[in-house]
Amino acid sequence: MSESPQLLVEDLHVRFRTPQRMVHAVRGVSFSVGREKVGIVGESGSGKSQTGRAILKLTPPNGTVSAKRLQFQELDIAGASEREMLKVRGSRISMIMQDPKYALDPVMRVGAQIAEAIPESPRTSAAEKRDKVMAMLEAVHIRNPARVHDLYPHEVSGGMGQRIMIAMMLMADPDLLIADEPTSALDVTVRMQVLAILDDLVTRRGLGLIFISHDLNLVATFCDRVLIMYAGRIVEECAAADLQNAKHPYTRGLLASLPRIGSRHQKLAVLNRDPAWLND
Amino acid sequence: MTDSTPENAMISVRDLRVSFGSGAGLVHAVDGVSFNVQPGETYGLVGESGCGKSTILRALCGLNPNWSGDVTIGGEAMTPVRTRSFYRRVQMVFQDPYGSLHPRHTVNTTLTEPLKIHGIGDADERITRVLVQVGLGPAFRYRYPHQLSGGQRQRLAIARALILEPQVLLLDEPTSALDVSVQAEILNLLVDLRERLGLTCILVSHDLAVVAHMCDRLGVMNAGKMLEELPVTALEDDSPTHPYTRQLLAASLGYDRRLASTAVEDIEG
Repeated sequence: MSESPQLLVEDLHVRFRTPQRMVHAVRGVSFSVGREKVGIVGESGSGKSQTGRAILKLTPPNGTVSAKRLQFQELDIAGASEREMLKVRGSRISMIMQDPKYALDPVMRVGAQIAEAIPESPRTSAAEKRDKVMAMLEAVHIRNPARVHDLYPHEVSGGMGQRIMIAMMLMADPDLLIADEPTSALDVTVRMQVLAILDDLVTRRGLGLIFISHDLNLVATFCDRVLIMYAGRIVEECAAADLQNAKHPYTRGLLASLPRIGSRHQKLAVLNRDPAWLND
Repeated sequence: MTDSTPENAMISVRDLRVSFGSGAGLVHAVDGVSFNVQPGETYGLVGESGCGKSTILRALCGLNPNWSGDVTIGGEAMTPVRTRSFYRRVQMVFQDPYGSLHPRHTVNTTLTEPLKIHGIGDADERITRVLVQVGLGPAFRYRYPHQLSGGQRQRLAIARALILEPQVLLLDEPTSALDVSVQAEILNLLVDLRERLGLTCILVSHDLAVVAHMCDRLGVMNAGKMLEELPVTALEDDSPTHPYTRQLLAASLGYDRRLASTAVEDIEG
């Protein structure tokens, strides 16, 4: 990254108050994102999704976020008001949620949902909006945009739903895209198509992508850089191509526990969690 | 495939068809599928969601009586409605351990139910034994599902299937809802149980690596049809010839921009 990063996160903490105790979900995470694909990998509960949400100030109300620095371009997110965040969310930073089944409005036609994301301007006519939506549906490789435009979310497949979500998120031309497990609900072949679309967007539009996933193989082959999270901390950061040579015992353990073609009749390595990982 | 003769097969499926809906909305979810599974073998079914692989399992275990074709399990021809004794021989483990366990039933209640239904007396002994078998231990007996982690829940689901000492275990994506480190534990457990109890299994998965790890032979499905059957060694030698199988194989290795462009062209059609 020669240019200054789009996003700078320094010492981010997310805590949740529950009736029993304080849960410290993210414990001092620091990283930066330029115009590149950064993967955040970890198991469920490692704090990877909460890190993504904190960047957009979408932490649930019982959680508190604190950070030394949370800077997006010229904007200090940590100090930004809700009113300022409304101008950022969806227009400059977008988030693609995990499951299109839950993230799309079930009683609204696909086209109308995407059109909602078009930045407000008094001069855009209905016909212009429709053209924009059509163009965007085509950009995410939907074969018959006119048909899909008038469908309800339950009438489309998972892969198409995910592409509709991407189309919606791109409507406002954001600079940073946070994708939280965008392909884990998809089949392998459809996953490749969706990833190719994201990949091209990063290359062509020069946006930054934070790719949150639990799939090590996928992140290693798709992203430029990888952050490995464990129990709310980044335990290791490396170039995606070097993930196979990761040093941290947690990362190595995760890699070893993956079944592979050719591993038949062997016992898979089981991860032994070292309490020391929580503190180093 | 010389080892797939129907005569001595544990499970033999001939021309299985399952359809949903009627008229213009008629969907052939399974469209004339045939395969055999030998005793003690683990057979894999792979394919995308909606290809009919789970529908086959549901037809085999009697959850969907609306099928046609010839199905023989353990030498006995299957009718749409199953007898009670059938379920002592064939059990199923479902994909999502968060959905497949009753949230207000303790481990004990969950495991007692099949014993009650089948009128089996030594419940106490069996529950303790099966809990040890799946690596949970008797300490878990009076817990509720919400007090268990995802991996522990799936162990309980496996225990529930094993408590009747079945010969056939049908596994519908048993690890796809779990983290990779937990997946490794469950796969190891299944390999271990299969060997100790001599189970015949059908494993449905969209993950070719999981199928390659667990199975001896597999069938590749797409749009309700069996595209090809091949031994897992063919995957290891990288020798499948069917383009769809090759696509699945490539996708299982991770993201590849070059391959992805052909995939994108595919959907642009």
